[in-house]
Amino acid sequence: MSTMTSPPAVTSRQGSAPKSWMSSRFTAIAILIAVLALLPLVLPNAFYFDLVIRIMINAVIAIALNLLIGYTGQISLGHAGFFGIGAYGSAILTARYNMPPLLSLAIATLAAAALAWLVAGAILRLKGHYLAMATLGLGIIISIILNNEAAWTGGPDGMSVDTFRMFGLRLAGEQSWYWMFAGLLVASIVLAQNLVDSPAGRALQALHGSEVAASVVGIDTAAFKTRVFVVSAGTTAAMGGLAAFYMGFITPNLAAFQHSIELMTMVVVGGMASVYGSVFGAALLSLLPQALARVEGWETVIFGFILVGTMIFMPRGIVPSIAALLRKKDA
Amino acid sequence: MLKIENLSRSFGGVHAVQGVSFEVPQGVVYSVIGPNGAGKTTLFNLITGIYTPTAGHITLQGESIGGMAPNVLAARRMSRTFQNLQVCMNLSAVENVMIGAHLGLNSRLFAGMFRWPGLIGADRVCRARAEELLAFVGCEKYIGLQANSMPYGALKRLEIARALAADPVILLLDEPAAGLNNTETHEVEQLIQKLADSGITIVLVEHDMKLVMNISDSILVLNYGKKLAEGLPEEIRTNPEVITAYLGGEMEGV
Repeated sequence: MSTMTSPPAVTSRQGSAPKSWMSSRFTAIAILIAVLALLPLVLPNAFYFDLVIRIMINAVIAIALNLLIGYTGQISLGHAGFFGIGAYGSAILTARYNMPPLLSLAIATLAAAALAWLVAGAILRLKGHYLAMATLGLGIIISIILNNEAAWTGGPDGMSVDTFRMFGLRLAGEQSWYWMFAGLLVASIVLAQNLVDSPAGRALQALHGSEVAASVVGIDTAAFKTRVFVVSAGTTAAMGGLAAFYMGFITPNLAAFQHSIELMTMVVVGGMASVYGSVFGAALLSLLPQALARVEGWETVIFGFILVGTMIFMPRGIVPSIAALLRKKDA
Repeated sequence: MLKIENLSRSFGGVHAVQGVSFEVPQGVVYSVIGPNGAGKTTLFNLITGIYTPTAGHITLQGESIGGMAPNVLAARRMSRTFQNLQVCMNLSAVENVMIGAHLGLNSRLFAGMFRWPGLIGADRVCRARAEELLAFVGCEKYIGLQANSMPYGALKRLEIARALAADPVILLLDEPAAGLNNTETHEVEQLIQKLADSGITIVLVEHDMKLVMNISDSILVLNYGKKLAEGLPEEIRTNPEVITAYLGGEMEGV
């Protein structure tokens, strides 16, 4: 028991900020930037550029989804739907209304965020897994609309997307898109880690840990859940729009339930409540189908074994489990 | 400070709290005792806004607070701990305490993402205070640990530190000594005494009679959701109704 006789008042003393952690965070981002900067030198052709770009798109979305699932403890089974709104919204606004790409991207993103806000406002006041159910339904509805409104979306045959222009510059070719998405990935990692390590991020994790404890210390749990859901959905929609411009041709498959599950698997396998876990999960789930292509017919089986094995032996996900192992070795 | 008038709450046909009235003056230790199921925790949940009352009034510092949400009440500097631990096991010990200071910090998502000016500095001060509070409740050796690697007794005190981080004027402690051994119970008793001495009004639910009798200024006895008696520790100790209803005979260990 301490010798103090009354609770300490607010002080100006600086807390023992976790310095080593800060520097490890800096090291990690420096390594990632170096890898991203050097990668174009060793990527042999456009196919590999495309593969890395798809990993980066998935990684940014997985980070945004992890803020919701891993940190806040809320499940979304409809993020592919927001991806679809971003992609088709951008494509339709540029193609049919001749809007500049950046403006259509912004409108599509805001529309997805507004939809997320409406859904969350209605559903997040309830406790439990209502968000999972609502987003599951929402994702399926969006997918159905994209498939059936053929006059707008081209239906299951898909539609082509205009070239992306920004401030008079034409963004085309894998190389320029590579730098664009690399920049976005680095920015997402920095922003997500800033958030997680801030009062807002702590509030999100607290309501994951104990909703009643969070509310008793003054955290408006419904508001925080809504905000993180809107940010997560908006980020996913923005990436959907950019991905559409990059790919040049989109089909409703990108909004399918299957895609939502893939995104969630990236978060869970890579590591819940781990920003780099999401990056790793996105890379793993994007690369595995390529790596397993040579054992045709068996890839789904092997894929399944890897997923089940991860869940059994590393239930927290690959990156947090390995990080914990390394820390134990250090100590 | 806190005034309860005719407070009732039913769950279906169960009258968990029925027409309870009492007043807690500023700066006292006010204890609520009663057998299991007497409605003590329900009373706490009503006062802290986790349940809404079926009937009755709750007034805090002259302001009616009945039916207010817990997060709104927190802004009126009411803090509490829980009988069944409500610690965020996904956070560290210090972070759990820092959560208590939530309302004093800029908690906008975008402020966090873009490191708003002043945010880091305020957060460091908050962390320093959280560490001091952990030391104050006797948890200094757990600073830096994850909450899920802390023993039960320390988690009970961690909850008190978290409640103190909100800088409360009134603190509701729900069985702070439950599950603790004699030494730990004695430490918690000293801790509550220190808090009371520092001017925080304390409402206490506790089964450990020795602790309750030692530190309470006033005691309320609940039985089957109703007020059975209220008075000074000596009055409660010798009240025949309390002895038969609550203790089922003679009062031991007091």
